Amino acid sequence: MAEAFQFELVAPERLLMSETVDQVVVPGSEGYFTVLKGHAPFMSTMRPGVVDVTPAGGGAAQRIFVRGGFADVSNEGLTILAEQAIPLAEIDGETLAREVKNAEEDVADAKDGATKDAAELRLNQLKEVQAAVSGERSSAH
Amino acid sequence: MPSLKTLRNRIASVKATQKITKAMQMVAASKLRRAQAAAEAARPYSARMAAVLGNLAATAGSSAGAPRLLAGTGADQKHLLLVCTADRGLCGAFNSSIARLARDHANRLMAEGKEVKFLCVGKKGYDALRRLFAKQIIDVIELRAIKQISFADADAIGKRVLALFEAGEVDVCTLFYGEFKSVISQVPTARRLIPADAGSAVAPAAGAASYEYEPDEEAILADLLPRNLSVQIFRALLENVASEQGAKMSAMDSATRNAGDMINRYTLLYNRSRQAQITKELIEIISGAEAL
Repeated sequence: MAEAFQFELVAPERLLMSETVDQVVVPGSEGYFTVLKGHAPFMSTMRPGVVDVTPAGGGAAQRIFVRGGFADVSNEGLTILAEQAIPLAEIDGETLAREVKNAEEDVADAKDGATKDAAELRLNQLKEVQAAVSGERSSAH
Repeated sequence: MPSLKTLRNRIASVKATQKITKAMQMVAASKLRRAQAAAEAARPYSARMAAVLGNLAATAGSSAGAPRLLAGTGADQKHLLLVCTADRGLCGAFNSSIARLARDHANRLMAEGKEVKFLCVGKKGYDALRRLFAKQIIDVIELRAIKQISFADADAIGKRVLALFEAGEVDVCTLFYGEFKSVISQVPTARRLIPADAGSAVAPAAGAASYEYEPDEEAILADLLPRNLSVQIFRALLENVASEQGAKMSAMDSATRNAGDMINRYTLLYNRSRQAQITKELIEIISGAEAL
């Protein structure tokens, strides 16, 4: 049994989640990473992806879609500053499809190489999330 | 001496006005509650952001390659004043006090020979500044149609400021808004956005464990600073909405009270002149009877 630590998920509009958890999987911009108690102080940007939270005391895991932001691991615990966060249960295919469409437009609009690369990266990441979500849906049914 | 009929009309019209101000006060009170809740809900994010930024700035900010958003362009010539006010009036001195603060700031800068530009958020600030600085106002952003300000709205403004900064049109950016202290007190505040004001964040204790960064510190800082800009603007806008409603509430409260006083005065005057007229008529009748 893992030891519990404090986890906070904050969106610009409000504090979404503040509880003690066993582990959190964070979509870092250079790959997913798992935070357990006693993780070294660590700071990372996030890409669009799914945060996977295992609550302390063995509740059901919570999965939350975030659209980029920061993860800050300190001695006190983990704080995620998300640009936007929606629990996976509440998200529908439409929202994601819209995000993907936006990203596609960004790719089309991009003028120079660097912004185009960034937009394409984002599009791919979003598509990944979309695939993961729809995969989960179909397996649940 | 106004006639009885004009007095009656006057009283009726003041009563109607009082009803309107009373209704506006109640609307402002309920909006204030919502705005206050929104402003408070947004506080954790900006507080965390400030802490993270302070942490980063302490380690990376002192190096020579610090991002320009943090260190500034090195120049101090072109100033952008981002003036956030309400879109509607009837809220006491709220709009004019923010505009006055911005105006004084601009005059001081111009006296020093600096170049000053304005970006107005909210129509009322634009109206107040237009007369003096018509040519220096870049644009006015109206948020009238938006019911609940979302981060995306603030982000759009932040991107705009950023674009100006990157185009080299701005060296220093200052944000003006009304900070919400309480329902009866809103303080017009100026806050420097560019270069980022990381000094206000508490410097990390000397014994704080050193962080690991992924990707590197500069990349994170480069990502964080623009977002910090938007977060600051977002916070200012939320505070502004709460302040506006607070100011409106107390303004409408005193308007309602004034209307009540006025009604009392007019009612007294009306009764007196009615009595005077009755007395006059009686005297006329009696003296007419006596003359017979």
